[in-house]
Amino acid sequence: MQHWSTTLTNFFVGLGLPEPVAMAIAFIIGATALAIFAPTLALGLIWITRKIISRIQDRIGPNRVGPYGLFQTVADAAKLLSKEDISPTDADRVAYNLAPILSVFGVIMSTAVIAFAPGIIGADLHVGVLFLVALGSLGILSALMAGWSSNNKYALLAGFRVIAQLLSYEIPMVLAMLGPVLLAGSMRLQALSEFQSLEIAGFNIGLGWTAFIMPAVFLIYFISALAEGEQTPFDLLEAESELIAGFHIEYSGMKFAMFFLAQFLNSFFLGGIAVMLFLGGWQGPFVDQLPILGVVYFLGKAMLVYAVTQWIKGTFPRVRIDQMMAFAWKVLVPMVLALILWQMIALKLPAPTWVQYAAILIGNLGALALIVVILNRHLSKEEIRTKRAFEPTSLIGTMQPAPPSPGN
Amino acid sequence: MPGLDALPFPLPTVQQVIFILIAGMTVTGALITALAPNLFHNALGLVLAFFGVAGVYVLLEAEFLAVSQVLIYVGAIATLITFAIMLTRGMMFGRTSSTNRLMLSTAIISALFFLVLTGLLVNVAWPEIGAELAGSEQMIADLGEMFVTTYLVPFELMALLLLAALAGAILLARD
Amino acid sequence: MLQNYTFVLILSGLALLVPVAAIVLGHFLGPRRPNPIKNQTYESGVETVGDTWVQFRAQYYLIGLIFLIFDVEVIFLFPIALAYQRLSLFGVVATITFVVILLLGLLLEWRKGALEWE
Repeated sequence: MQHWSTTLTNFFVGLGLPEPVAMAIAFIIGATALAIFAPTLALGLIWITRKIISRIQDRIGPNRVGPYGLFQTVADAAKLLSKEDISPTDADRVAYNLAPILSVFGVIMSTAVIAFAPGIIGADLHVGVLFLVALGSLGILSALMAGWSSNNKYALLAGFRVIAQLLSYEIPMVLAMLGPVLLAGSMRLQALSEFQSLEIAGFNIGLGWTAFIMPAVFLIYFISALAEGEQTPFDLLEAESELIAGFHIEYSGMKFAMFFLAQFLNSFFLGGIAVMLFLGGWQGPFVDQLPILGVVYFLGKAMLVYAVTQWIKGTFPRVRIDQMMAFAWKVLVPMVLALILWQMIALKLPAPTWVQYAAILIGNLGALALIVVILNRHLSKEEIRTKRAFEPTSLIGTMQPAPPSPGN
Repeated sequence: MPGLDALPFPLPTVQQVIFILIAGMTVTGALITALAPNLFHNALGLVLAFFGVAGVYVLLEAEFLAVSQVLIYVGAIATLITFAIMLTRGMMFGRTSSTNRLMLSTAIISALFFLVLTGLLVNVAWPEIGAELAGSEQMIADLGEMFVTTYLVPFELMALLLLAALAGAILLARD
Repeated sequence: MLQNYTFVLILSGLALLVPVAAIVLGHFLGPRRPNPIKNQTYESGVETVGDTWVQFRAQYYLIGLIFLIFDVEVIFLFPIALAYQRLSLFGVVATITFVVILLLGLLLEWRKGALEWE
């Protein structure tokens, strides 16, 4: 499949431009499209989130501005534009102003390697998967800068929490990404999407998803991505009752809007990465005949994953910080390491490919069953311990039915 | 444009211009690291320098190295440095002097080191590849294969070294 | 290959432009009437006490260190994964040894209690 930039360059060369100029124009058009796509998408995402959460809470949600309240976010953005830009006294000016810029920069850059359809990807980098992870470290940096520079204890506290969380969950996330990379033997996101085709009688139905081969690895990626996207149940950093709003508490107006935008886009793109690595990317029926269908499949799947994260947001309680850390290091990391190890062994079994895949699948299902059993036992023990902790000390073990009162 | 050919020096190529910009960014970052009075700004300057180095790697077509540079140095080391600053009470607010009495000797040693590096750069006959490197994804795979064949011993030793570092880190932080 | 990065460079320029333009626009469109009370640190109306930059616990530093070590080891696995299809049995054993050392490190942390959050 021809890359979009080649098509555009050839078009401009056909108009009589010299090749380097034509290519530069093609690149600028492509980059502008991506840079416009991201904020526009965020407007839609915020609307979808509010609608889903409203429905879960038995409300209607935005319904005044435009049909179905579609333009509510536009109105909100206009409102934020007209708000005063307050910077607190004694704030560190440089870091305070750079932090929101950096957070948006990171998410817009990640659109560069997203495979929308065959031939439609900003730049199919050879290190695509790692490029996305590296952009994640910009998010860490911006949280650190915002938390530090605001001159607010709560912002700093939230900044520290979010960094501990992002660092801890990055390890299982990257290790889970290794699973599909091992199968496909490539870090290019286009190659990973192409790998997940499935031909039945010469027709590609596009259901060769790696999630079918390694459901446990996919689940680990999904949970880690929830934590990386700062979504419930891992939204400790914006625990309203404890930290007011998180590391961006001192931000107002457009600077606040930038953090907001970055957070929504970030969780959408983390879902998009899940789609590209585990859920077949742009694969689907008829995509070989009509490549542009891939855009529909990819965005549709990514939206579904996003809707699931919002569903989780509307229904799950928040975890405690010690539970959050323990879950990353004591459950996810050992589990994903064991799974990768098993996958490495299975891929070298002297057997046809489908036997190897079946072995990986059995290992994944076994690991899931094992972890459910272990967690179940652990949690029931924990429950008893918590109940004991809340019993008044003077009454421990002395709970007796009240003595009959005399005289009555 | 007829005037351009008459210039006394050759026009730089696009790649050279980008290199100069990246190098300028790296040097600026390094200068902020060394000279800014605020310790947190020093750390941010270091991040800028790290990004510049990653850019140089990209120009050298070593993408894996560039991405690891950002992941490890920006993602982990810079964060760790900030944590270290915040753990050291009294260092994070107000201005700290960026010089002390060791300044002169440090300057001399740095200058000597710079001279040695320059000498190396100029005198060593570096292997040159004139053409653009082809099939760079293959190069990353080759690198991976070499880890577990040609450079097996250093590779496994590195894993053990990191294990030892982990044990040391736990010991240090527990006290 | 550098073509790909040319695109990344152009996009990075635009990705900087979008937030900067939005913030600058907001700065000029919004009112600007700062006063000392408004610019105070926000703590739900309560006067803030003491310094913001309090000393942090060493636990955070330890998490950072553990992350750094794991990050380095995980990155080494990616090039090996790319070459995995053509590795000989020898290479496979070497890779598995590497992962097992990583697991040993995790076990060590666990036993030493570095993963407990008090």
